Amino acid sequence: MLAIDRVFLHERTGAAALNALADANRKVVDPSRVFAVTDHIVDTRPGRTDQTLMPGGQAFITETRAATLAAGITLFDVNDPDQGIVHVISPELGVVLPGCTLIAPDSHTCTQGAFGALAWGIGSSEAEHAMATGTLRLNKPKSMRVTFTGKLSTGVTPKDMIMALIARHSAAGGKGHAVEFSGDAVQALDMDGRMTLCNMTTEFSAMSGFIAPDEKTFSYLKGRRYAPKAANWELAVDNWRSLYSDKNAIFDQEIEIDASEITPMVSWGTSPEHSIGIDQAIPESAAERSLEYMALDAGTPIKETTIDAAFIGSCTNSRLSDLRRASTLLNGKRVADGIKAICVPGSSNVKREAEKEGLDQIFLNAGFEWRESGCSMCFYAGGESFDAGSRVISTTNRNFESRQGPNVKTHIASPETVVASAIAGTIADPRELLESVTA
Amino acid sequence: MPERFSTLTSRPMPLIRDNIDTDQIIPSREMKSTGKTGLADGLFAGWRYTEIGGREANADFVMNDPDFADSQIILGGSNFGCGSSREHAVWALAEYGYRAVIAPSFAPIFAGNCIRNGVLPVVLDEIEIAEIEKSKTIITIDLPAQTVSLPNGQFWPFALNDESKIMLLEGLDAIDLSLKQADAIGVWQSADRVQRPWIYLGAEQ
Ligand code: SF4
Repeated sequence: MLAIDRVFLHERTGAAALNALADANRKVVDPSRVFAVTDHIVDTRPGRTDQTLMPGGQAFITETRAATLAAGITLFDVNDPDQGIVHVISPELGVVLPGCTLIAPDSHTCTQGAFGALAWGIGSSEAEHAMATGTLRLNKPKSMRVTFTGKLSTGVTPKDMIMALIARHSAAGGKGHAVEFSGDAVQALDMDGRMTLCNMTTEFSAMSGFIAPDEKTFSYLKGRRYAPKAANWELAVDNWRSLYSDKNAIFDQEIEIDASEITPMVSWGTSPEHSIGIDQAIPESAAERSLEYMALDAGTPIKETTIDAAFIGSCTNSRLSDLRRASTLLNGKRVADGIKAICVPGSSNVKREAEKEGLDQIFLNAGFEWRESGCSMCFYAGGESFDAGSRVISTTNRNFESRQGPNVKTHIASPETVVASAIAGTIADPRELLESVTA
Repeated sequence: MPERFSTLTSRPMPLIRDNIDTDQIIPSREMKSTGKTGLADGLFAGWRYTEIGGREANADFVMNDPDFADSQIILGGSNFGCGSSREHAVWALAEYGYRAVIAPSFAPIFAGNCIRNGVLPVVLDEIEIAEIEKSKTIITIDLPAQTVSLPNGQFWPFALNDESKIMLLEGLDAIDLSLKQADAIGVWQSADRVQRPWIYLGAEQ
């Protein structure tokens, strides 16, 4: 049995777990350590209400509101100033902390391992179990260390690091392991970048990913709403400094990647492992079924594939630093004719900060829609989606069939690559654009 | 709390296909509310009805065969319950009235979800399952004895770990089992509060 320090629910699965507990006459033992947010099916068009485009979706929102109120749980509701995607706001509010265990009924909970926490996604019954007992029953996972040595080249991002890992070692490569990311290239990342890296450990089939906390972690958390204060802060940081792997630690599996060899990555198929460098051609060995779905041919370069839409958002790449980097490339330019381009900030805080810096104007002037925060078109739940069959370049994490709408063809990539492609109207190398911007 | 499971006698329904995944057991489009109920209608919807979203019975599908209308046991193929971890698959089976699935192997998350919801996953090999199907008779699953038997006395033992067996026999779920250790959890937490006071938010505010 493992003590569970934090639970974070969202409206798609949260009300179900809370209602089930109430029906069984059970109580949430410590509601002060359970949080909830409306992010998944909430509308992201400006002027939103409880109405949402998913058929029957409104009930998920109103029932979550009622259930969290009854259980005494803090809810970041539709228009709360702190609302946003669960894995973006949990760190913003200091809910996740180094050394804590945090679970959410959502597979991308591993994002929060960036803070040196053990954070992972679970099912409904396990969420109930954790809330009713403060614990979970589980078997100790196997351990893996992924070391990124060296330095990233210009125009290459943490998104490209994790995509390169999955492309090389397969989407099942991390099967069930707890994965520690380490090495110079990981330590060099800011907290936003570390979250992007950890976000896709679930696409690697790992239980979770995490990074040893350091001064960057502590200074990010200091003063956040639920982070420890005063004497507790000193006590906590003292404790957190001891959270690193011993020099001679032995892992069940070790992988090493030279970060300087990684180039911007883009996916060509229907699994995150179907990814290649932007300069490469689709492999001759590509799975027939994926190629057919994506309407692409083996052996052809991925660059210059015509796209219909571009999406910047999701718990992978929608934080302030992502939007800043994207807008640097976008400044003074326009997306190509006929491209539907959408930017969805990861949280309401990110949105406000970006607006203060004028980033919204850059996106709007370039022809992007500027949305309210939420998961939005990262996934399709029967509501809003990209046009059936259209081809989208996207900063999200899953390129599964119909993930972003009926028969939508998704290419996942970094924000830089998405911007470069939106401007070109075809899949494009961000490094060329970057040179022209910095020249 | 799940129903207690002791013995079960019923004519088993044969659905012997490998890799029946949770999306086939309960399609995503049939998960319409925030509850664990209202799912029985969507159980195996893609096979059971003549068209997607429709409710006209497909006469060729075994669930619609009057011989198996009261069946509480499914005979399945290997890797039963693979795919998405959605617990709705087991909720739908239980709500419809199935209490046991006999298959050569189960996806681990699905098997765990079964135990938590009073549904017994029985592992027998393919030959044994074929024999049961061929007998075209009622069978009895005896959980205390861990056997599956035919009226003619022929029987097969099956394995199950102790914790799962106790949970099913007593109608306990994992929460009940863990709550039995509430005192030990409390003692641990008191010590932890001293060591990591910042974890306990209620106390701080
Ligand atoms: S942004 Fe997408 S991947 Fe992230 S939590 Fe929301 S739906 Fe899931």
